[in-house]
Amino acid sequence: MGPNGSGKSTLAQVLAGNPTYEVTRGTVSYNGQNLLEMDPEVRAQNGIFLAFQYPVEIPGVSIAYFLRSAYNEIRKANGMEEIDPLEFLDLVEDKLKLVDMDQALLSRSVNQGFSGGEKKRNEIFQMAVLSPRLAILDETDSGLDIDALRIVAQGVNTLRSPENATIVVTHYQRLLNYIVPDFVHVIANGRIVKSGGKELAFELEEKGYDWLQNVGADAGAAA
Amino acid sequence: MIDTATRKGTRDNAAVGKNGADPVNLRAPGSIEAYRADFERQPAAPEWLRSLRAEGMARFEALGFPTKNEDWHFTSVAPIAEQSFRTAMINKAGVSSEGSTAGMVAAADLRRFTFDQPTWHTLVFVNGEFSENLSSYAGLGEKVRVNSLAKAIHSGVGRPERHLGKIAVFDNHAFTALNTAFIRDGAFVELQADAVVDQPIHLIFVAEGQGEAVSHPRNLIVAAQNSRASIIESYICVRDNLYFTNAVTEISLGEGAHIDHYKIQLESEKSFHVGTTQIRQARDSQLHSFSYAVGGSLARTNIYTSLDGDAATCTLNGLYLTDGVQHIDNQTSIEHIAPNCPSHEVYKGVLDGRSHGVFNGKVYVHPEAQKTDGKQSNNNLLLSPSARVDTKPQLEIFADDVKCTHGATVGRLDEVAMFYLNSRGIGRESARTLLTYAFAADVLETIELKPLREQLERLVLARFAGSES
Repeated sequence: MGPNGSGKSTLAQVLAGNPTYEVTRGTVSYNGQNLLEMDPEVRAQNGIFLAFQYPVEIPGVSIAYFLRSAYNEIRKANGMEEIDPLEFLDLVEDKLKLVDMDQALLSRSVNQGFSGGEKKRNEIFQMAVLSPRLAILDETDSGLDIDALRIVAQGVNTLRSPENATIVVTHYQRLLNYIVPDFVHVIANGRIVKSGGKELAFELEEKGYDWLQNVGADAGAAA
Repeated sequence: MIDTATRKGTRDNAAVGKNGADPVNLRAPGSIEAYRADFERQPAAPEWLRSLRAEGMARFEALGFPTKNEDWHFTSVAPIAEQSFRTAMINKAGVSSEGSTAGMVAAADLRRFTFDQPTWHTLVFVNGEFSENLSSYAGLGEKVRVNSLAKAIHSGVGRPERHLGKIAVFDNHAFTALNTAFIRDGAFVELQADAVVDQPIHLIFVAEGQGEAVSHPRNLIVAAQNSRASIIESYICVRDNLYFTNAVTEISLGEGAHIDHYKIQLESEKSFHVGTTQIRQARDSQLHSFSYAVGGSLARTNIYTSLDGDAATCTLNGLYLTDGVQHIDNQTSIEHIAPNCPSHEVYKGVLDGRSHGVFNGKVYVHPEAQKTDGKQSNNNLLLSPSARVDTKPQLEIFADDVKCTHGATVGRLDEVAMFYLNSRGIGRESARTLLTYAFAADVLETIELKPLREQLERLVLARFAGSES
C-alpha cells in the first residue's frame, strides 16, 4: 500500500521485468536466483505473473490463442509437453467460472472493447490458468464496481495456496475487506516505511498516509 | 525469425533487367516495338474485336509506359518496360490450339492453390489461355453461364462486345490499353437476373513460367439484377521465373446484384504483375472486394469502382505483405457518383527486408453524391529499418452533405503489447510473430468466405512464423 506516486507500480513493473524501467541499484532474489538477470518471459516461465493495472488491447489475437501460447511456452520451458486446443479448453472451463466469464470470451480479441471490469477479470482469469508461484496484482481494484471487486477477490482467494504468494498493490483498504492480507507493507517515496499485519490497513484507512510520508521522506534523505 | 536476406535474396536479379544501368526511355523503349510486332501477328478475330484491339494498341503506343505521373509517383515500371517479353500463346509454335500449353501444368500443381474445395467451380488458365482439362464447373444452374472468353468471342454466345472495353476504360491507363490490344482469353461470367451461385467461382491464372512471356488475361463478369456470386481470381506460378502478367477484369453489377470478389496474387518472386479490376455498380448493388498481394518482384493492383446508382455499397479491403526487395503497389479508386452510397475501405501492409509498399486510395465524391458515407484507412507495419511504405489516402469531396473519414498509419511493433506478451511467458520471437499476425489477421477477418479466410490465415501465420516462405 502507499500513496500515489510512492513507487508501488514501479515495484510491480520492475519485478515483472518491464524493459522501460532501468534498475540502478539493488538486487532481487527469487527462489535463490537473481531475478533482475532474467528476461520477462523467463520470469513468467519461472512462475512470476503480473496482473496489469492497464491491460493491453491486442486486436486480432483471440484470448484462447494467446493464453494457450503462454501456457504452452511455460510448459515447454519447464520440460513439459504442450497441450492441444481441446485439452486446453477443458482446462480453462473451470477457470472461467471462477471469474464469472462466459466461454464466448475465448474467441474475443485480447482486451479489445472490454469494459474496465472485464479487463481486470480477464487478468485474474489468466492468472488462474497460468497458476503462478508469485502473482503481483497492480491496482487490480482500481475502477472496479463492487460486484466486479467481489469476483476478482473471490478469484484471488480461491487460488491462494501454501505453494504460491500474491503481492497485492493497492491504494485503498477497500480491496482488503475481500482479500485478507497476511502482511501489509507501506511504501512511501520508493521505500518500505512501515510493515505490519492486516490491522495496519485499517489504521491507514483511518489516518491516511500523511503521517507515514514524513517517515519516508526522512528515510529517503537519510539513505 | 525470418532471415530476409537469404530467404528472398534471389529477387535482386529480377528488377535489374538485361541492360543493367542503361536509362530507359519509357515513352518508346524497344519493348513497345516488340508488343507491336506481336500485335500484328495475332490470329484472325471478329471485326469488333480487331477494332477494339487496334484502339488499345494505338492508345498504348500514344501513352507509352507510365512515367512518374500522379498515379505512378512511387512506382517505376522501368523493369517491365526494358524487358521485351514474348506474348504467350502467339509465340508458341504456330497458333496454339485448345489446351496446347495446359499439358505443361498438371492438376497436382494446382492442388495447393485450390483451398481443398472440390465443389467450387474452377476455371484454369495457363499463360492466359483457358484449359478445359484442368477446369471443372458443372452444375452452375440455368441462370448462370460461365465460359472461356475466347470461346464466347468465337461463337458470339453472350455477346461480350456489349461490355468489353466499356467498363475498363483505357484513355489514361497504359496497361489496360495494352491488355485491350491483346484481348483473347479469360473468363466470361454471366449471371442472369436473380441467379444465385452457391459455390464460389474460382478463376486460376497459372504462369507456366517458361520463356520470358507476357500474358494478358481479360475477364468479364456481368451480374444482372439481384444476382449473387463469389468470384475468386488467383494468380499463381508453377516455376519461379521471370514473366509478366498484365490482367484486366471488368465487372458490371446490375440493380441489387451482390458480388464478392477476391483477388489472390501469389505470383513468382521474380515476376511482374499489373492487374486492374474495374467495376460499375447500379443502384442497391453490393460489391465486396478483397485483395491479397504477396507475390512478384514488382506488382501493382488497381481496384477501381464507380458507384453509379443510388444506395450502391462497396467494401474494398486488402492485405499486402512484402519482403526482400519486392515492390508492391496498391491503387484503389471509389467514385461516388450517386447519392446515399456507403463505401468502406481498409488496406493493411506488413513490410520487411528492403521492400517497398505503396498504397494510393482515392475517394471522389461527385456533386450529386449527397449522403455519401465513406470510410477509408490504410495501416502499415514496418518490420525492418530498411523497409519503406508510401501511403496516400486521397479524399475529394464536391458534395456538401456527406460523412467521410480517411487516415493512414505507419508504425512498428508496439513495445507495450510486446511486454504484455513477454510477461505471460511468450518470448520475443513468438510475440513478434503473434503481433505481426494479429495486425494482418484483423483485415483477413473481413473475408466472408470461410475456407478462403482460413487458408489465408494459415498462409500468413506460416509466413510470419518463418516456417514457410
